[in-house]
Amino acid sequence: MGKRTVVPIGPFHPLQEEPEFFTLTVEGERVVDIDVRIGYNHRGIEKLSERKNFDQSTFVIERICGICSTSHPFAYTRAVEDVFPMEVPERAKYIRTIIAEGERIHSHLLWAGLAGHFLGYNTVFMWVWKLREEILDVMEILSGNRNNYAMFKPGGVRRDIQEEDIGPALAKIESILPTMDMLIAAIKDDPVIHARTKGVGVLSEEAAINFSALGPTSRASGVSRDVRVDSPYGVYDRVDWDMIVTENGDVYDKVVVRMLETIESARIMVQCLSNLPPGEIDANIESVPPGDGIGHIEAPRGETFHFVRSDGTNRPVRHKVRAPTFMNLPTFKSTVVGETVSDATIILAAIDPCYCCTERVAVRDDKGKKIYSGTDLVELSRKKTERIMSRMGIR
Amino acid sequence: MNREEILQDLRSRFAGDILDFQDKSPKRVFVEIRPEALKQVARHVFFDLKARFNIASGIDTRRAIEILYHFTIEDINLMINLRVKLDRDHPVIESLAPWIEATNWIEREISELLGVEFKGHPDMRRLLLADNWPEGVYPLRQDYEEWDETAIRDRGV
Repeated sequence: MGKRTVVPIGPFHPLQEEPEFFTLTVEGERVVDIDVRIGYNHRGIEKLSERKNFDQSTFVIERICGICSTSHPFAYTRAVEDVFPMEVPERAKYIRTIIAEGERIHSHLLWAGLAGHFLGYNTVFMWVWKLREEILDVMEILSGNRNNYAMFKPGGVRRDIQEEDIGPALAKIESILPTMDMLIAAIKDDPVIHARTKGVGVLSEEAAINFSALGPTSRASGVSRDVRVDSPYGVYDRVDWDMIVTENGDVYDKVVVRMLETIESARIMVQCLSNLPPGEIDANIESVPPGDGIGHIEAPRGETFHFVRSDGTNRPVRHKVRAPTFMNLPTFKSTVVGETVSDATIILAAIDPCYCCTERVAVRDDKGKKIYSGTDLVELSRKKTERIMSRMGIR
Repeated sequence: MNREEILQDLRSRFAGDILDFQDKSPKRVFVEIRPEALKQVARHVFFDLKARFNIASGIDTRRAIEILYHFTIEDINLMINLRVKLDRDHPVIESLAPWIEATNWIEREISELLGVEFKGHPDMRRLLLADNWPEGVYPLRQDYEEWDETAIRDRGV
């Protein structure tokens, strides 16, 4: 056994968006052991939710995470609707599916950009995030918000999609599909991405099953599990789409699965928007009888699971939240050991970790400051340049 | 095997261990079992029936500490929920982590949030709570009282 060195990464590190603490034990360049410590973001949302009523909880849950701001309310509302037999109106099902798929596209694109950034490949980062802006615009057209759509409520959705908005949204989705195709082809052909990700951080099928890994993390390892197929909700059983499964389990396959899923999500959105049925959008639940309810849906990172127990009052007596990263994170033990330190970062990023979901935190920044628009920022930047130039005597 | 065969087999195989069987809906079955039998039943469901472990939910019902182990058999779209009720003063149950890796973290979480002891767990360190959180204070117990005077309290609605 050679000399071992411990490399700490975190809890706060420039590479990481969220606090987590990895301890890599290395021999030379090779990682021989890894330990992960989380909990820096724990804010006790489950406890908080027990003090809110069923409608208010939707908003608390929505703020668990900014990226999965639809997945959590979706799973939660389905958990409440599972307590007693009830049916959500058709139009609400379509709207829920549209919003959930839009979120999947922007979440996968966000990750693809970050993955490029982790590899030191900032061109990918810039390209993909530019594309992501377009999807956020579509979501703004449909829901009024770029993120945190606040569309869900137990029994249906809170806001309807207006007829006049469907045309522009469809046009926008159609207009970005060629760019998405081009980008996916570029990523699949890029020699740098191949060199950095092929055969790196392999998660075997057996390990994926024993860790009960979820979402793209498991589908890249040949495990064909997807809640949208296995236990259809929304209108996923009525639209035409394919589950993306690959065999190798390395980082490259995880990239490919996510990128191809964005295309499928766009297909689902287009079909749902074109066939949106008329009718009610809310079943108007008056009270929730006592009982246990379970809701699970396929979030961008895998299955999000909510358990709600009602005692017949207007508040849940227990609300359990499990985000996909909670199951995907422990697979590090299987994927990182044996790889080199330089590959560790992209392997750690490959599951698309989301710690605020895992630890159920709500982060808010609303101190009443002025919110600057893009135009304001350009204006500020111009003023600053002029100030510097005048100080330097250039003009 | 289809849904009925699986459930029939489960009932006859563990006839002595099943305390209550609730066929709630086509997708959900709740099975209350003796805590001592959890290891056999869970391993049967996970390895033989090829179920996926979703998660476990711990609940303090004031009469007992209840843990629901959620398993999904995807081929037949059925969620089997194994329910165990533990003595509230000394909640102890055998750990599943040595066999099923997926249960490792959630047992750590339930242990620190509800004070359940998981016998035979390989790595029972703290997962979520802060280092200065006092021993023996379990935030998801119904009789939990705020211990930290500097904490920002929930102002209610």
